[in-house]
Amino acid sequence: MGTRFLPQPILTLVIAGVWMALANDVSLGHAVLGLALGLVIPLVTQAYWPERPRFKNPWRIIDFTLVVLWDIVVSNIQVAQLVLFRRGDSLRSQFVRVPLALTNAEAITILAGTITMTPGTISADLSADGTAILVHCLETDDPDGTVNAIKERYERRLMEIFA
Amino acid sequence: MMAWIAELLIAGLLIVGAFFLLVGSFGLAKLPDMMRRLHAPTKATTLGIGALLIASMLYFLIVLGLFSFHELLITLFLFITAPVTAHLVSKAYLLRHLALRKDLPDVEASGGWATLGQASQDRQRHEP
Amino acid sequence: MIATACVIAFVAISLSLLLNLYRLAVGPHALDRVLALDTMVINSIGLIVVLGIWFGVTIFFEAALLFAMVGFLSTVAFCKYLLRGNVIE
Repeated sequence: MGTRFLPQPILTLVIAGVWMALANDVSLGHAVLGLALGLVIPLVTQAYWPERPRFKNPWRIIDFTLVVLWDIVVSNIQVAQLVLFRRGDSLRSQFVRVPLALTNAEAITILAGTITMTPGTISADLSADGTAILVHCLETDDPDGTVNAIKERYERRLMEIFA
Repeated sequence: MMAWIAELLIAGLLIVGAFFLLVGSFGLAKLPDMMRRLHAPTKATTLGIGALLIASMLYFLIVLGLFSFHELLITLFLFITAPVTAHLVSKAYLLRHLALRKDLPDVEASGGWATLGQASQDRQRHEP
Repeated sequence: MIATACVIAFVAISLSLLLNLYRLAVGPHALDRVLALDTMVINSIGLIVVLGIWFGVTIFFEAALLFAMVGFLSTVAFCKYLLRGNVIE
């Protein structure tokens, strides 16, 4: 994907979009300026990140984003309930270890971010060789169930997206 | 009638957003230990800010007739940075809090947890 | 109606800033204080956004965006300092 003068076509579009959002104006002038920046910036910064993620199925990103956004709303309501109606000492919180099947660095980063944003869990640390994530649960009876839920709901989808 | 529904929606989003911000800060003040405290601000505040920014976008679009979408940029930025902040705070806390280490699940096979592994290397470097 | 909602939001966000200030003053650990500062930054962004609706101007959003960036960077710098004893190695 990408040629010599257009190494990252998606990044070019993202930069143009962010430029127009910063200017808060959708017009031809800003679109041209944004696209010019989007052409120059990837060329100049190309040397700093020689490796880039390879996608197997980029369209599943939409599916994944919708699932995560829904889970963010649900998780906020759950955490708000726990904070408001439970004594802090009575929350059964503990650390669990989530073994990873993902090997791609970008995919692991996205998974860690997703775990933090979704119900009652925070990714606290990564193992030294990157094969497990340390997750802190705010309230759980069933650590194995939490681990399985994370693997089923997010990791499986991420494995479909990244090659 | 349409304007009334729009105003109701905007006012509702404002109150929901402010409520979640308050819950996040209340959790920060109430919960008993650091790892539990970390849950409230990272989650509740992102949704709170998101609701406030959507309210502001709708207000400028419907009431004042200005098309304004750089609020989306702030929402996106906060959604990307909130997990990074939480991860760094918990890493630093794990490193600084020795009493916590016995609660951690064991990963000796994969070289230990990254933060703590780093600490032991540092100790070796300082005490040759 | 929107004005009333704005006033309620002002009161709620000011209360949460006070709660953060409590954690900033009491917090037993340095990282509690870092977390309290981070939450304060996010609450202030909320306050700026509601102020923008109250006055009906979009110019406050630049301030909110800059504040979000500075707040994130300072939190990361604090955490990095507590992790390694250095900000830049």
